Amino acid sequence: MTSLMDKCAVTGIGETAYTKNSGKSVVALQMEASLKAIADAGLRPSDIDGVIPYGSLEVVAEEFVTNLGMQDLRFSAVTPLGGASAVAAIQAAVSALVAGVANHVLIPIGRNGSSGERIGARAAAMPQFRAIGEYEMPSGNIAPPQLYAHMARRHMEMYGTTSRQLAEIAVTVRSNAILNDNAVMQKPMTIEDHQNSRMISDPLRLFDCCLESDGGAAVIISRAEAAKDLAQKPIYIMGVAEGHPDSPSTITQRPDITTLGTAKAAPRAFGMAGVSHKDIDVAEIYDCFTYIVMCQLEDLGFCKKGEGGDFVSNGRIALGGELPINTHGGLLSQSHIIGMNHVCELVKQLRGTGGRAQVANANIGLVTGYGDMGDGAVAIMRN
Amino acid sequence: MEKIMSDTAYDKPMPPLNRDSKPFWDSLKDHAMRLQRCADCGKIRHYPRPVCDSCYSMEVDWVRASGQGKLHSWTITHHAFHPGFLGDLPMMLVTVDMEEGVRICAQIRDVEADQLCVGMPVRLDYEDATADLTLPVFRPA
Repeated sequence: MTSLMDKCAVTGIGETAYTKNSGKSVVALQMEASLKAIADAGLRPSDIDGVIPYGSLEVVAEEFVTNLGMQDLRFSAVTPLGGASAVAAIQAAVSALVAGVANHVLIPIGRNGSSGERIGARAAAMPQFRAIGEYEMPSGNIAPPQLYAHMARRHMEMYGTTSRQLAEIAVTVRSNAILNDNAVMQKPMTIEDHQNSRMISDPLRLFDCCLESDGGAAVIISRAEAAKDLAQKPIYIMGVAEGHPDSPSTITQRPDITTLGTAKAAPRAFGMAGVSHKDIDVAEIYDCFTYIVMCQLEDLGFCKKGEGGDFVSNGRIALGGELPINTHGGLLSQSHIIGMNHVCELVKQLRGTGGRAQVANANIGLVTGYGDMGDGAVAIMRN
Repeated sequence: MEKIMSDTAYDKPMPPLNRDSKPFWDSLKDHAMRLQRCADCGKIRHYPRPVCDSCYSMEVDWVRASGQGKLHSWTITHHAFHPGFLGDLPMMLVTVDMEEGVRICAQIRDVEADQLCVGMPVRLDYEDATADLTLPVFRPA
């Protein structure tokens, strides 16, 4: 198999303001982010010949052709992995670019997740949720905080993981958001604040759950040889992979409900990149729920299964720690842009434009996506 | 999905029925849960679907579940994600390892939160939600 290592780079990133009420249409948010990413790369809209829209939102490839005046869209696809879609789309983009199908692929995401229809309201209608819709929703097992609570409770019972350990994640990510002017949540959070937040679906409390947000984000992926002549320092994609868990439609029927698709993607991404865990300077981990962060850190191999609670404690994941995570504030405290904000943040960190949350000497970093009933995706990048 | 069952007084989500699962839902109405079994290799599978992932046979039969199971995990929900459950909070949902090797997710009755533990023996019971819909529930064995 042809290795995709270092064959492509992120050449442009774009983000809108992240808010609770954008006052803009979803199409407008996605176009604004896309135009920013294209300008950031030093490209013109007409240079874009590939697009991977987010499958479950209303903006399709045709909208990009129409709005951006694209004369010859040569590649379009969707990667329907829920919150893992953004990182899975990088794998699809790189595959198409290396094959010569396109030159510059745009990956846009944007939503009115706060002011528009809420995430939970849409889930039942999605085909990925069909089995849940038939066999679990009638009994009341409906929304991700409940579905994932079964995973978290099992982890706690098997490994002694505690709510206070999950709180370490929420508190760390909040402290990073406070350093970011484009983060929705700006109020400091303590472990006690987390412990006092209302129970949503035990063991997950309100502060274990991500935000629902308005905003858009986009990246441009280009072949490495084309990337050298563009406006920004290329951020090379060293390794990328998607992974689907056993029993991908239902957590209930999964042999090990504490393991995600991430566990299948990670060895492939690390293998392609040719780096080990100690080489990762910064990690942007999809954080729809604190537990999902901890579980991914295990499935990525940063620690063994069951050791995630200890791993996230004692400042290891904070700025200045062994593995700083979610330097932008994540879905928990910056904004829920379905993880495209994580991709943009990793690129900023590796460019050295991470602002007050910049990790010193960040040369190699990792970003994950996680979605639906346990889909995972991992990308490792370098400057 | 062929049709949504309807009942004007019932305000909780209804299962969208399909051809592959009708015998399962019919068995709940009979208060005698049946699980789908591969008619060729005998592997029991859940949720109902057309192909056996062990031998790829599409021939199925249905076997009566013993109703005995053990707690695999659980959650206690304090927030109504659907207005129909507002009156049921807090609500205990359990994932149960059935004796047949598949799992069932349902609510549990007659138990206090601090009694729940992995491996706790439970038994299957039934609640008629409407004239056309019966849901599984669990009780301590």
